[in-house]
Formats: sequence, C-alpha cells, structure tokens
Amino acid sequence: MLFFIGRRLYQAALVMLTVALVAFAMFQYVGDPVSNLAGQDTTVADRELLREALGLNDSVLEQFGRFIFNAVQGEFGQSYRMRVPVSDLIAERFPATLELSLVSALIALIVGIPMGVYTALRRNSWLARSFMTLSLIGISLPTFLIGIFLILFFGVILQWLPTFGRGQVVDLGWWTTGLLTASGWKSMIMPAITLAVFQMTLIVRLIRAEMLEVLRTDYIKFARARGLTERSISFSHALKNTLVPVITIIGLQIGSLIAFAIITESVFQWPGMGLLFIQAIGEVDIPIMSAYLLLIGFVFVLINLIVDILYFSIDPRLRVER
Amino acid sequence: MIDSLRRFFAGDLWWSFRSSPIVVLAAMTTVSMVFASVFANFVAPYDIFDLTQFNLMDGLKPPFWMERGEIGFLLGTDDQGRDVLSTILYGSRVSLTVGFFSVIFAMLIGIFVGLVAGYSGGWIDAVLMRIADVQLSFPAILIALLVDGIISGLLPDQAQGELAIYVLIAAISLSFWVQYARTVRSSTMVERTKEYVQAAQVIGLPKPLILFRHILPNVMGPVLVIATIQLALAIITEATLSFLGVGVPPTSPSLGTLIRVGNDYLFSGEWWITVFPGLALVILVLAVNILGDWLRDALNPKLR
Amino acid sequence: MALLEVRDMQVEFPSRRGSVTAIRNVNFELASGEILGIVGESGAGKSTIANAILGLLEPPGIMPRGRVLLDGKPIENLPIEKMRQIRGKRIGMIFQDPLTSLNPLQTIEQQLVETIRIHLDLNEADARTRAINMLEQVGIPEPEVRIRHYPHQFSGGMRQRVVIALSLCAEPEVILADEPTTALDVSIQAQILDLMRRLVRETGVGMIIITHDMGVISETCDRVMVMYRGDVVETGPTRKILGNPDHPYTRSLISAVPRPDKRMDRFPLVEYIEEAQIAHRPLDIRTHWLGQSRDFGAANSEFLVSVRNLEMRFVTVRSLFRSKRRYLRAVDDVSFDIRKGEVFGLVGESGSGKSTVARMICGIYRPFAGQMIFDGTDLTSLKSLRQVNRHRRQMQMIFQDPFSSLNGRMRVADIVAEPIRFHRLAASNDEVKSIVADLLDHVGLGAAAGKKFPHEFSGGQRQRISIARALATRPRFLICDEPTSALDVSIQAQILNLLKDLQEELALTMLFISHDLPVIRQICDRVAVMRDGKLVEIADTETLFENPRTKYSKHLLDLMPRLGGT
Repeated sequence: MLFFIGRRLYQAALVMLTVALVAFAMFQYVGDPVSNLAGQDTTVADRELLREALGLNDSVLEQFGRFIFNAVQGEFGQSYRMRVPVSDLIAERFPATLELSLVSALIALIVGIPMGVYTALRRNSWLARSFMTLSLIGISLPTFLIGIFLILFFGVILQWLPTFGRGQVVDLGWWTTGLLTASGWKSMIMPAITLAVFQMTLIVRLIRAEMLEVLRTDYIKFARARGLTERSISFSHALKNTLVPVITIIGLQIGSLIAFAIITESVFQWPGMGLLFIQAIGEVDIPIMSAYLLLIGFVFVLINLIVDILYFSIDPRLRVER
Repeated sequence: MIDSLRRFFAGDLWWSFRSSPIVVLAAMTTVSMVFASVFANFVAPYDIFDLTQFNLMDGLKPPFWMERGEIGFLLGTDDQGRDVLSTILYGSRVSLTVGFFSVIFAMLIGIFVGLVAGYSGGWIDAVLMRIADVQLSFPAILIALLVDGIISGLLPDQAQGELAIYVLIAAISLSFWVQYARTVRSSTMVERTKEYVQAAQVIGLPKPLILFRHILPNVMGPVLVIATIQLALAIITEATLSFLGVGVPPTSPSLGTLIRVGNDYLFSGEWWITVFPGLALVILVLAVNILGDWLRDALNPKLR
Repeated sequence: MALLEVRDMQVEFPSRRGSVTAIRNVNFELASGEILGIVGESGAGKSTIANAILGLLEPPGIMPRGRVLLDGKPIENLPIEKMRQIRGKRIGMIFQDPLTSLNPLQTIEQQLVETIRIHLDLNEADARTRAINMLEQVGIPEPEVRIRHYPHQFSGGMRQRVVIALSLCAEPEVILADEPTTALDVSIQAQILDLMRRLVRETGVGMIIITHDMGVISETCDRVMVMYRGDVVETGPTRKILGNPDHPYTRSLISAVPRPDKRMDRFPLVEYIEEAQIAHRPLDIRTHWLGQSRDFGAANSEFLVSVRNLEMRFVTVRSLFRSKRRYLRAVDDVSFDIRKGEVFGLVGESGSGKSTVARMICGIYRPFAGQMIFDGTDLTSLKSLRQVNRHRRQMQMIFQDPFSSLNGRMRVADIVAEPIRFHRLAASNDEVKSIVADLLDHVGLGAAAGKKFPHEFSGGQRQRISIARALATRPRFLICDEPTSALDVSIQAQILNLLKDLQEELALTMLFISHDLPVIRQICDRVAVMRDGKLVEIADTETLFENPRTKYSKHLLDLMPRLGGT
C-alpha cells in the first residue's frame, strides 16, 4: 500500500515538475518581462536595474529553482497588465470556479451514472435508445452553444434566469460563496448545466461501453449459469467490475471541469479563473497564464491521487505484493 | 481494383451502412455540407468577401418568413448587411479546413510516436508516454488555448491575422495527437507479439519495414475511428477557440467567429445571426459523430 | 426414466445471409451417476447443446424445435424466473477457462455463499460452513483460509477446482462441463479429470463432458456421442465407439489421433473429412527451385545446429538497483546438437521454456548468454547484419497460431513472395510469381489461393500458407513451434503428413516443438525433454518412450491419455 502510494506520489511530482517547466519556459521565452513591466519612458539603465532586480541575469537553472521555490509558496509575480500580485487575483477568482465545477460535477455524476447503467442493461429498450441519441447530440453540442441557447430561451425570451455574473455572494473572509443566497443559486443554474452536459454525456457513453464489455465476460455467463438473480448479476457483479476502469476516466473528466469552465465562464461572464485566464491570453499576460497552468496541474494531480486510492480499495488485484 | 470494390459492396461494412437510415442520412448531410462549403463560391448566393455585394442598408434583416424579411436573404443578414446563409457556407469552409488538417497532422504525429513507442519499448516508450500522460492531464481545449496563446505571443502583431488559421491548425493538432499515440502504441504492443511479426523477423526484414509494412496496416482500424470522432471534436474546438476570440479573425470568419459576432446581438433580439451558424455547426458535428459512432461499432468484431 | 432427456433438438442462428443451423436432430439421454461425452471437432456444435439446455444461447441463437426433459418434465420453454431456479440448483455448468470464469473483485467466499443461499434455504453461517466443505471436497487445501482469498490468488488448476465447487455447491442433479480441462496443463488436466470422476461416483450426479479430445473421453466417459457439423453421427458405449466405431467419420477421426504406443510412417488418409483428398506430388530436389543454389558451405560436420549453455532471463521485478532486480530464468544452461537431416523434438509443459529456445535460435530473442552454432559458424559472434541474415535465411519457423501468424492485410501471394523478394532469390518479378504459384501448389493449396486473403482460409489451410512462406527462403533448417496444437486432429494428421513429406524430399533438418507426446513419437528421431527452463533428458525417440531414464520423463509419459481404455 505504502509502496503503491509512494510510486504514485513520485509520478505526481514528475507531472508537476513538467508542468512547472512549461510554465517557466513561457516566462523565459514568450515576450520580455522587462518591457512588459517597464513603461515606455523607462531608461536603459533603469531597465537594466529592473532586469537585475528580477534576477533575469542569473543562470537559467537558478531562475528555475527560484521559480519553483516561489511557486510552492504561492508566489507567481505580478500581472503584467493589472499590476497586482497574481496570487491575489487567483485567490479572489478561485471560489467562483470551484463552486461552479463542483455543482456541475455533481449534476454530471448523479444524472450520468444511472443513465449509463440503464442504457447498458436495457440496451434495446426505447428509453435506452433515446438516451443514446440524446447523448450523441450532447457530445455534438459545443459547450458555448449550449450556453447561448440557454441564455436565449431562459434569459432573453422567458426572462426567468439571470444571464451573467454570480448573483449575490456572501463573503466569509477567506472564501466568497454564492451558495447561500437565492440569487446565487439562480445564477448558478444555467452555467452549471452548461458545464455539466458534455461531461454527463461522456459518462453515459463510457459507462455503457464498459458495462457492455463486462456483461460479455465469462464470469457473468458463469454467474447466470449458476442461477444468480439478474439483479445481483447486474449490480453486485457487473457494475462493480465496470467501475474499476471507469473510475479513472471519470476522475480525469471531473478534474478537467475546472479547465472547461473557461468556456462557460466567458459565455456567462462568470467571475472565475477561466475568465481571468482567457483575458490573460488575449493580453499575453504570462504570469497569470503560468500560475493558472500550475494550479490546474495541481488540482489534476490531487484528483488523480484520490482516484488511485479509490481504485486501490475496489480492486483486490492491486493489493497483493507483486 | 474492381475486384476489391465488389468485395467492399458485398461486405459487412457496406451492409451495416445501408441498413441504418440514420447513418445514411448523416453521410449524405456530411457530404453535402462539405460539398457546399468547398464550392461556396458557386453555391452561396453572395460572395461575402466582395464588398460591392452587400450594403449596410440591408443590415440586421430577419429571415424571410418574418416581418421585414426578404426572400433575397433567406436566413436574414448580419449587422453589416451580409447574407447569413452565405456567411455560413463560407464559414463552414474555414471550420472544415481547420478541422480536417488538424486531424491529419495530429494523426501523423500520433501514429509515428505510437508506432515507435510501442515497438521499441524501454526508455523511449517511457519518455514518450510520460509526455503523453502529462498532456492528457489537461483538456485538449486548454492545451490548444495555451499553444495558440504562446504562438501568438511569439508572432509579430501584424502577422497574427494572416497566420491565424495555421496557428489554429498547429494548436489543435498539438493538443490532439496524444489520443492517436496512445491507441497506436497499445495496438502496436499487441501486434508486436503476434506471430506474423515474428515471422517477418525470422525472414530477416529490418525494423522500419516491419513497422510500416506489417504493423501499420493492422493498427489503422481504430485510428480511422478516432479520426472521425476527432474531426467532430476538432471542428468544435476550432469553433470554441474562435468564439473565445483567439481563433480566426472576423475578416475570414469561421462558424465559431460568426457565433461570437452574433452573440452581441442576442439581447437586442437579432437571434438569427447566432442561431443559424450555431445550428449549422451542430448539424455538421452531429452528422460526423453519427458516422464515427457507426464506424466504431461496425469495425468492432465483438459487437457483431 | 432418464434424468435428462433431449429430444429432437435444433438450434439456429439467424443472420442476414440466411439462418445457420448449428445443430439438428440431437437426441440423447443421461442417467444419474453416468458420464456422457460429447465429442467433435470445432464447429460441430457441441457447446451449443449445453447452452441450449440451460436456455443460455448467445443471441441471436434460437431453438425452434426440440424438447429438454429434466426428470420427465419439460424445461425448454420455462419463464425466465423458473429457468433461473433450475440453473445452478438442478443443472450446473463448468466453463472452459478458469482464469476468466470467476468474478475478480469478489472473494471465493462471497461467490460461493451467494450461490448457496440463492438456492438452498441456509443462513449465512451455515452457507459458509457448506462452502468450506465444498472446497475441501474438490481438494483445496486449508479451505478455511483459502475461502477468504480472491480468484487471482489461486493457480489455474486450483481455480478450476473452485469453479467446480461453485457448480456443485447447490447440489445439482446434472453437470454440464464444457471443455473443462482444455485450458490446463497435462498434469493438472489429469487431476481435474480424476476429481470429476470421483465427484460423480460420490454424489451420483449425471455429467455431460463436452470435449474435442479423444483422450479425455477415453479416460472419463461411460458413453460417447460423436458430432460432425451439427449432426449426431453415432452414440454408444465408450469402448465400442473408440474400439469399433460404425460410422466412417468416427473411424477416420480415431485413426487421425496420434498413437502414443507405436510409431507409424504416415497417418492414414482419412476419406470422410474435407480438405483430405490432397495427394502429395513429390518433387525432385536436384532440379527444383527449392534445391537450387544451396549456396552454403559443404558439409563439414555432423551437426547442423548446436546450442551451448543457452540462457534467457526475463525481468520480473524492475529496479534501478541491480541487486533488487528479479529475473525469471526462462531458459537455463541448455545445450544440444541437431544432426543434419534429423527431426529433433523438444517437449515439455507450458512454461518449460521450449518456445523461448526456438525463438532464440532463429533470432527473435537475443540470448542472455550462450552460443548458437549453425553449420560451423558461431552466430552469436557475428557482427554485421548482412552476415547474420545470410545464415538466418537458411532457417525458418512455422508458428503455433494459424490465425495470427499471417498478416491479415496482405494477399497470400504477397505473404509468400515477401522473403523471395527481400532476399533477392529470383531474377525477375515473373519468376517470383511462378515460384510462389509452385510453392502454393506444392503445399496442397493450388496456385489460385495466392489471390485471396488469409481470412478466407481455414486453420489447416493457413498452416499450409505458413509452410509455403517458410519454404520460400530455401531453408535447410525448419523450426516448428507447436504447428498443429491449434488444429483439429484430422487436420493435424494432414499437416504432420505434409511436414514429413517435405522433410524427406528436401532433406530438411527440423526442430519440432510440442507438448503432445504422441505427436512427438510420430514425427521425431530424437527428443529433448525440458522442465522449468532446464534440459532434463535427451534420447532417441523410441528409447525415451520405451525406457525413460528420468523420473520426470516417466511422469509425463504416464499422463499420456491412451485410447481404448487402460
């Protein structure tokens, strides 16, 4: 068990290091930090001072070391455009994105898993067929179009729901939440659904495919030949075996929700990290871009670790010493 | 040639195609949309790049069946008086071009990396697959955004507009190759141990010949399936990037750009500028997805 | 009254190209305490019978006609719930592959207790006691401990015992065993067959054993039903069927089974089976292309191939540190010599390393240590690829699996032509074509076969294509790695005959690898026995079979199934 976790941690560290390298390389080679920070009228001497102060004259290795050292402490430097520390910007925006992602993850899982299981078990029924058709439409709908159509119907034509922003938020000091007010929830509905649809359809299709695979295995045939009930075969034998491969992919998908939020946030003007990031790209604001990248990498690694531990508790084959 | 055609039409693939009306419909839709956009110059009612053909006075006209609508502008006009149907046809051309070439490049990179990794094994495989793993940790759209952002940052401002399409193709193919690489690698590892490969080794064939003459044709099946599904995804990705404002500029609009531009008019009631390009996008992607889905099931021997 | 009775059963698989009748007019009955064998080659429809009895036909299979009577009561059209209560409770089933028949995520206990409680009115504790008793009964040591284990913690043979315990745990009256020992090694197979015989004797169940293996039939069954292409050919007591069959198909089937007790020159040509009428047309090696330019040095030693202290390791535990790495010694210090023109056999159970030896000799694996000498040249000392290839060309290999040993994307003619073109053995493209046509004709396929793709051929025909491809480099040394173990016995007999013919007329030297001792006896001049990567014994074939020197060889010989009872 410890060995297993240890190996995973080592892999996670490797991933983080690679991501840090990319983020650092962006700093180094895209644009010139000095001209980004300095104004038009800064003298050459002042520029050289700034260069020295930023440590840009040190060796690349030293700079990379410093970059990582700072990043671990949450220091990503100053935004080129907004002239405020990136860490403050992120801290301000992070709660909005996390709440949005969690709510849509819940929607995707709660709706997606039962639908996937149903379409696999009753794959010839008309309901399962219409679920499959719906899921095909689901993966064919670009996220931003779902948002636009929702806005058109519920925002513009029916005027039931707000079309932008988070609504009223409550400041808890270290966290701002929209989940404590009615208007916060109302604002959440459309963005959360928009973000959930694509993941949900993926989950439905994935679970269906894996479960059909499992239902064809010998041990399911043997279970049937032993006279076990269909209920037990479907749920305690087939479903559990389906979850083993599915859990990794779902974990990854949920992790990617935070990044997918970029699109939703820009459709609904949701004040989260995604919106920050997309603006940063437009302005080539490298510190924000690299900080965002590192944060996403970290969330991914974290989720992956959780998934691995889950995996471990489900599959006994991993538990023996090999 | 004729012989293999006859074989194809007698085969299971053609039969399963013909026996599903939805798949036939999807194929017809795809083919006609590709045709219409490739020949947009001849098919479209107006040339949207010809400034003499549109007039600001015609701006924001609704579709023909609505009040104020004109039969000359079937699906209405945009703010600059351009015919929406024509912009859709020209826009699909950009979307399809980007999608098609991104998939081709992603496929080439992915197949090469996958074959090499799967056949050599050892540290080459380990390094290549670690890179793939790290990249897979991030959604393709984010990678594409990053690559797009970085390349744009490196390019001089005035070149950005002209090169936007190439940047997009590079960004999308660099974010899509991993899928192919992983699939090709795992199939290669399966094929590598099969006895026909060992037989080729015993004959004395050199490695590259074994890889490309023997293994490659045998791993192409799943690659084709992914390519179809990825074509749909690439079109969506292009549209998304353009919608987010980092794709192709409004001067040579793609479907995504059209939707982005039209989005501004959503609240003032000119919904057709957004909705029709949006529908065109959905229909195109749906048709390609249906084909991909069918191809996957038809080529999967376990489902027969 | 019979325990189980099948009357006039017919099963069809409708498809778009018309309905395929898998079995027709099947009639038989089974009494308590009786073992009935159903034997036939692949495609005979044996397994379909078992599935049809339990109502578990794979879709789109249907049973339009026929009755299944259990204790005189029909069960063929019962509602799903009623049928479920019969499965496991009154009729149990044993599957072929123990590695895939058990749910990997549940302990043996969970699977046994669930099955027991569904059919018998027992509480959790009693069901558990019963489960432990069952495991004990099927010969699993320390059942109280083992019951808590997961399937992957058991070996293949032990898993098959667990599968048997699972099928027996609700006290069924009938057991259907579908190829119960095919996936197992010979020694394990013998134990499992013993177990099944004992259980039938102790519990008085009726058992149906479905198999392709005449040996299994003769060891276990009271009566046999022989099937051919969906029809029942003949039914009768085992002794009668094996000793004095009525039907020509049964006769030809039995004559095709290699005899362990006597060496024969050729297998008798069996007239009932298709593909059998191909008469071998001998050729003259002095004038034929295959004998041309035997451009290798004149014979200067008695041996063509020698291996010295060959060793192969596979890494099982990777580690950065040399001391922590673990290896599996697949081949350990193996040395032997193969005389020119002889057929040298290599025999052993699975995992004994015999295939690894073959793959090292022909260059697929690089040996960890040791020497390989081919016609006086030490291959391991050669540096340049061209030198190696010159020798490599003179040895070719025929593989076990006829379905994966041919590239399915290439036409047969291209497959056979590839070595000729690569080694530039022909002057022009036309010459290549005529050589390929001649080779295909010579292995009994006919030149027209070249235009087709491999999937259009049966397993036996594909093996002929493999042989043609191997001959295309004009080899002197041919390695056959279990060339017939994936084939039905009747096809096996033909392929072995062809190999013998070719060996004689082309003066080939052969390394013949098999786990099947009777086949070895029919074809080899000398034999080496391998076990766990080591060479146990080398002897002339007849000496080995009559007077084995080592205990292990003797053990292997004892396990050989003998037709016609003991």
